[in-house]
Amino acid sequence: MIAADRLVKTFRDRKRGEIRAVDGVSFQCQPGQIYGLLGANGAGKTTTLRLLATILQPTSGTAQVAGFDVTTQPGEVRARIGFLSTATALYGRLTARETIEYFGRLNGMDEELLQQRATALLELLELSQAAHGRCDKLSTGMKQKVSIARTLIHDPPVMIFDEPTLGLDVMSARAITRFIRECRDRQKTVLFSSHVMSEVEKLCDRIGILHQGKLLAEGPPAELKARAGVADLEDAFVRIVEGLQ
Amino acid sequence: MNWRRIRTVFRKELVDALRDRRTIISTIIVPIILFPLLTIGFGAVAAKAVKKMSQETPSVMILGAEYAPDLAAQLATNRAFTVTKPRANYVAEINDKQLRAAVEIPPGFEAALLAGNAPPPEIKICHYASEMRSEFAVRALQKALLDYRDQIVAKRLRDKGMNSDVLRPFETLQQNVASAKKVGGNLLGGLVPYMLILLCLVGAMNPAMDITAGEKERGTIETILASPITRLELVLGKFFMVLTMSLCTTVISLLSYGLTFSLPFFALRELTKSGPVSLDLSLGSVLSLFVLVVPLAIMFSGLLLATSVFAKSYKEAQSYVSPLMALVIIPAVAVMMPGVDLNFSLAMIPILNVSLVCKEVLSGTYHWGLISIVFLSSCGYAAIALSLAVHFFKKEAVLFRS
Ligand SMILES: Nc1ncnc2c1ncn2[C@@H]1O[C@H](COP(=O)(O)OP(=O)(O)OP(=O)(O)O)[C@@H](O)[C@H]1O
Ligand SMILES: [Mg+2]
Repeated sequence: MIAADRLVKTFRDRKRGEIRAVDGVSFQCQPGQIYGLLGANGAGKTTTLRLLATILQPTSGTAQVAGFDVTTQPGEVRARIGFLSTATALYGRLTARETIEYFGRLNGMDEELLQQRATALLELLELSQAAHGRCDKLSTGMKQKVSIARTLIHDPPVMIFDEPTLGLDVMSARAITRFIRECRDRQKTVLFSSHVMSEVEKLCDRIGILHQGKLLAEGPPAELKARAGVADLEDAFVRIVEGLQ
Repeated sequence: MNWRRIRTVFRKELVDALRDRRTIISTIIVPIILFPLLTIGFGAVAAKAVKKMSQETPSVMILGAEYAPDLAAQLATNRAFTVTKPRANYVAEINDKQLRAAVEIPPGFEAALLAGNAPPPEIKICHYASEMRSEFAVRALQKALLDYRDQIVAKRLRDKGMNSDVLRPFETLQQNVASAKKVGGNLLGGLVPYMLILLCLVGAMNPAMDITAGEKERGTIETILASPITRLELVLGKFFMVLTMSLCTTVISLLSYGLTFSLPFFALRELTKSGPVSLDLSLGSVLSLFVLVVPLAIMFSGLLLATSVFAKSYKEAQSYVSPLMALVIIPAVAVMMPGVDLNFSLAMIPILNVSLVCKEVLSGTYHWGLISIVFLSSCGYAAIALSLAVHFFKKEAVLFRS
């Protein structure tokens, strides 16, 4: 599971001065649940996810991921997460299979198990045909699938996805969301960020609305809509965000 | 520290680099062709040019031949130059490189010689300074004129009943006692270490920029940072790859250099063996060069990683690394200047010290004390550079610069 406790992250920027990118964010995400962080551009989604993935150190506050503390046991945390960053960034000169194997080895997987899982994952994501072609020759949708396969090769209990469907066509996006749902069904803890309301509404068990680094509201989609008194999540989002201003 | 993970990163980066055309060119192709091209190509072109120039018989003009019929007759039969008809615009012709030189004989020259009048008459040679073919003509003319003067002197002495030997109380003789190897070392000493050091840097440059700034630019680094590998292991894996590439370049260039001199069709070895200059490299000196270059390669690899991890893009990294290249060239070139020889304080200056030792080793001199100081101080600088790279890889502000 994931439990963020009053996470704060500030950046020092030469032009803008001190930026509070994440400003006291607390939430919990249980195994078998999909938690969606919803926020506009610059809301602090990526920064929050990076803090949970131990790529960045929190300025204050803390978080537990899969039972380990992100500040004191970052190695343990990293061994138990699959992290997908925003851009579909792959090593263009490696093949899909090499990419997946690389991450398996970085996770200390035993070679036999690694080969088995790599084959299975490539099949599951319908990548078997493209497995031996260079990544820079793949389509955007295929690249994203390889990115996902690489984050899951070591079968982590916690998955953190930063805008996994960004820039994908409908079919590719659907393949990804279907896959995320399957992960939930296998009792994984799934945290992902998005600014696409419909996707979040269909997929998530809980939603956190992030605005200027603060978590303004949190709960199941239906509850959020009821609280805002509207039938549409987008309206609810706008009301919650504007309610503060 | 987990060596399996370091090995994993190393192997992946190596595969990745060997599929990158830019890296293949700078790490493998350039060092293969550079030495043969430089030594043979440049040497051949220069030799050909010099040969062509010395083969040409320069045309010269004699003005006032009527004042010195005897001398003019001698010059006309000289085979080192051809005498053309006197024309008034000879200055313009020399400037236009039509005529190589002109001799102006003053009026009454031969009469003055016979009379032995003081002050002695002057012959002027007009030429084009710094124009090599004109210089050749001047040299030939001067020789002919001095020969003529010697004849006059000998005649005057004979008239006075003396032998011309009185003018030569003793002779001087030059003999080269430096071994052919040392002469070769001094000639090559400048160039070889310079090339080695430069290639050692160039070979590491592309891979280092690609796996730091390039990885940041493409956004692949984030996922690596979220994997169980520690930052130290990551830097070490990358570092070993860059080091491998740098050493590869060095070895390839040394091999190519060796082959340039030993393969029969290059024939350069035969050419230099018989002469007073040996450009031959022994296996021992090649190995010593390699051992000395290793700490330098470590330092370059660390330094390149540290500087390029700062950059947000490959382009930006290039702009940081270019001044580094200039910084490396300066001490490497300094070695080629005369009078710069290895001593204790120079042994502490990075890069320069290695160039100096290379120069000594190539000429067969081994000052073991100084060599170990150079090796140790290079290792020290290498350690500093590497820890700098590790330090930067651990800094959020460097990895996620906005
Ligand atoms: N390394 C950094 N240095 C300085 N400021 C940063 C850094 N990273 C993020 N920020 C700032 O922090 C704020 C939050 O950024 P973040 O990337 O977390 O937003 P986001 O919700 O992911 O936005 P987007 O939808 O554009 O991805 C922004 O104002 C951003 O400019
Ligand atoms: Mg983002």
